[in-house]
Amino acid sequence: MKILVPVKRAIDYNVKVRVKSDESGVELSNVKMSINPFDEIAVEEAVKLKETGSATEIIVVSIGPDKAQETLRTAMAIGTDRGILVKTEAPTDLGGVEPLAVAKTLKALIDKEEPDLVIMGKQSIDDDSNQTGQMLAALLNWPQATFASKLELSKGKALVTREVDGGLETLSVQLPAIITTDLRLNEPRYASLPNIMKAKKKPLEELTPQDLGVDFTPRLKIVKIKEPAKRQAGIKVESVDALIDKLKNEAKVI
Amino acid sequence: MPVYTAPLDDIRFVLHELLNVETLGALPDYEDTASAELINQILEEGAKLCQEELFPLNMSGDQEGCHFDNGEVTTPKGFKEAYKLFAESGWCGVACDPRYGGMGLPHTVNFVMQEMICSANLSFGMYPGLSQGAYDAIYLHGTQAQKDLYLPKLVEGVWSGTMNLTEPQCGTDLGLIRTKAEPHPDQDGSWALSGQKIFISAGEHDLTDNIIHLVLARLPDAPEGVRGISLFIAPKFLSEENNKENTLRCSSIEHKMGIKGSSTCVMDYDGAKGFLLGEAHKGLKAMFTMMNAARLAVGMQGLGMAEVSYQNAVAYAKDRLQMRALEGTKYPDKPADPIIVHPDVRRMLLTGKAVTEGARALSYWVGMALDTAEKSTDPQAKEEAEDLVAILTPIIKAYQTDMGFEIANLAIQVHGGAGYIGEYGVEQYARDARITMIYEGTNGIQALDLVGRKLGQNFGRNLRRFFHPVSAYIEKNQSNPELSEFVFLLAKGFAKLQQSTAIIAQKGLKDPVEAGAASVDYLRQFALVAMAYMWIQMVEKAQEKLESGEGDQDFYAQKIKTARFFFTRMLPEADARFKMIMAGAEPLMDTAESAF
Ligand SMILES: Cc1cc2nc3c(=O)[nH]c(=O)nc-3n(C[C@H](O)[C@H](O)[C@H](O)COP(=O)(O)OP(=O)(O)OC[C@H]3O[C@@H](n4cnc5c(N)ncnc54)[C@H](O)[C@@H]3O)c2cc1C
Repeated sequence: MKILVPVKRAIDYNVKVRVKSDESGVELSNVKMSINPFDEIAVEEAVKLKETGSATEIIVVSIGPDKAQETLRTAMAIGTDRGILVKTEAPTDLGGVEPLAVAKTLKALIDKEEPDLVIMGKQSIDDDSNQTGQMLAALLNWPQATFASKLELSKGKALVTREVDGGLETLSVQLPAIITTDLRLNEPRYASLPNIMKAKKKPLEELTPQDLGVDFTPRLKIVKIKEPAKRQAGIKVESVDALIDKLKNEAKVI
Repeated sequence: MPVYTAPLDDIRFVLHELLNVETLGALPDYEDTASAELINQILEEGAKLCQEELFPLNMSGDQEGCHFDNGEVTTPKGFKEAYKLFAESGWCGVACDPRYGGMGLPHTVNFVMQEMICSANLSFGMYPGLSQGAYDAIYLHGTQAQKDLYLPKLVEGVWSGTMNLTEPQCGTDLGLIRTKAEPHPDQDGSWALSGQKIFISAGEHDLTDNIIHLVLARLPDAPEGVRGISLFIAPKFLSEENNKENTLRCSSIEHKMGIKGSSTCVMDYDGAKGFLLGEAHKGLKAMFTMMNAARLAVGMQGLGMAEVSYQNAVAYAKDRLQMRALEGTKYPDKPADPIIVHPDVRRMLLTGKAVTEGARALSYWVGMALDTAEKSTDPQAKEEAEDLVAILTPIIKAYQTDMGFEIANLAIQVHGGAGYIGEYGVEQYARDARITMIYEGTNGIQALDLVGRKLGQNFGRNLRRFFHPVSAYIEKNQSNPELSEFVFLLAKGFAKLQQSTAIIAQKGLKDPVEAGAASVDYLRQFALVAMAYMWIQMVEKAQEKLESGEGDQDFYAQKIKTARFFFTRMLPEADARFKMIMAGAEPLMDTAESAF
């Protein structure tokens, strides 16, 4: 069984995000970038499936600049087999390569590579779109199981436990399928030193959007990006009555 | 709760921009391992492990300490699991030979790892650190059979190593060693070791299946003193005899000031089976060939302690509100200004910053020289690198561990009363850092090594390997207006260093007491000039980057400011040390013992 895992180079989750002074986007120069945490979970899950003998090959795909090679190497150091970089200088967060373009790119690669399963992050922590997996399933006409917190494979099916508002839901989907990961699916391992070194020698193919016949031109326009308003300092009220009065007449919430 | 984030930005600056670590790729064996991309990835993963696994165990390990029960030692909670992860992820063999399962990475990369491990958890770092020492000794002096037996296990981390030198009556003076080696009754060419060793780090613990003790002892026909000491391998379990337990045992562990998660053991050898490592009577020499690496590693401990102490001092200084800035209120919306506004707090923080960044540059530079010394095929380059490592080893060991403690001490001061209280974690740093000034040769002994051995060695060639590049640098940049304020101060400091060197050489030759009396001040003076030499090169790089507008401009602009602090407020200590050296031995020696 072949698994395809898309991985994105995104702003590191530890970075305190700053808005650019011209409000056109988020400051990314000299900022630490890492593999999107949900994608790392997807990689870990795929590698586990390979270790237990359910999978034979794992391909990781990234769309992004040259530097996204590092993200692919990170994924390969965890244990995936080869990488494909679809190279673009367009931003991959807000106002850049949009979910639909990513889904179309992945579809083109899936038509070529014919994996039996796609495991991907439910969203990336930069634009939080949470659309790509769903769009990709629609484009391929494959079943989808999103927000997975547990995954089991048996007899051509995937049994997926999902985190839904009311609790946990278990779905059975026929392979090939798209599965998107939630945080509790697993805890990604530390890449071992020998695997980091081996990853350097694993094949990494570079393609362009043109090679795949995909157009990255955005359909959305970013008007502006602003930081959330700073919280105002609170005040002390003299009595409960005064509080109720303020809530009623000033804040108009009761 | 204390904080630690591996300083990867500064590490990358030093490795890639200042030192061009990729040039190591020209050395045989490093073709594949010196790429910036690979090194960065390794360090990022290593940093993650240090921050997320080792650091959280640092304070709890200190509070709990090691437990001793009837010969067995249990390490603090969590150490065992963390060690397993550490070893299984390959970190025990970073710079070890791939023939024995090592990763074959440059020592320079290992130096960075050591710094981060020690910042995160010095006690934890002792265990793999001692194994590295045992690895080096066996790698350099073992027979092929010994290498095949021990090295793969040490690299894999399933066995660990120790260094057994110290005995109750001998620490610095190893000539006093009494542990005996006699032909073993098994008559298999092995030796029976008897005696007591004390203060043995990692002598007993629960992290590995076996512990390989390297023991200094005397053969029956041994000459007196240091020329009669041999080195033996005495495993806890004899793998060649079905893992039979050897007759050696940990009879107690010490209760001590710091590194409480590291077991410090009394080891009793009762006819324990040992195998000669290297030549008979040449044990001390063998020990010393690996001791240089061990001393550099302890220097990295000092840097690691300085870094983590500094980080915590900064975090506190930004958070703690007391008094208003002298120049006027800076944070009117707060009840007081954060203490970082106060000049004296800044002095303490900048001392930490200047020391850690300068020492990092100095250490990694020596790391690269160590790699060149080991791997270069060009005899000239090899010799130059060896000499440079030789002269700078005692400086890195002593200066950086002095500073590790000093910066921890300043971090306590920045915290005020909170620094003295366990909860904030910085008092632990001072306690932990304190030992690094003592073991692997006290810092006083490092200073004697510098003046007594390293200066004169190879007819002063060692020294020239450092002096020549510095004077060439000064000459080249003398009329460089961008650097002039720094070149001027470096040149002055360097001239005084040359002067004190000449005087020590001259006086010390006639009277070794003079050399001994000058040694510690001389080492500090030397260290400060070496730091200045690193700082000026960092300024030059930073200026380049500011001119080209590449990279994080704030980072480079700050480098220059920190350099200015170093040159104007730290380097002057070199002058004071110079004056102390000039005072000679008399003020130290003319007080009668009875007057003390
Ligand atoms: C926590 C801990 C871990 C240790 N781990 C190990 C280990 O794993 N293996 C091991 O073998 N040992 C270990 N040691 C021992 C350590 O290496 C020694 O304590 C150290 O070498 C100093 O020896 P000493 O304690 O006997 O001090 P001494 O040699 O008695 O020195 C006392 C003082 O006299 C000074 N002095 C001595 N001789 C001279 C001289 N000629 N000129 C000027 N000054 C001099 C010293 O600098 C020092 O200030 C450890 C010690 C501790 C506390």
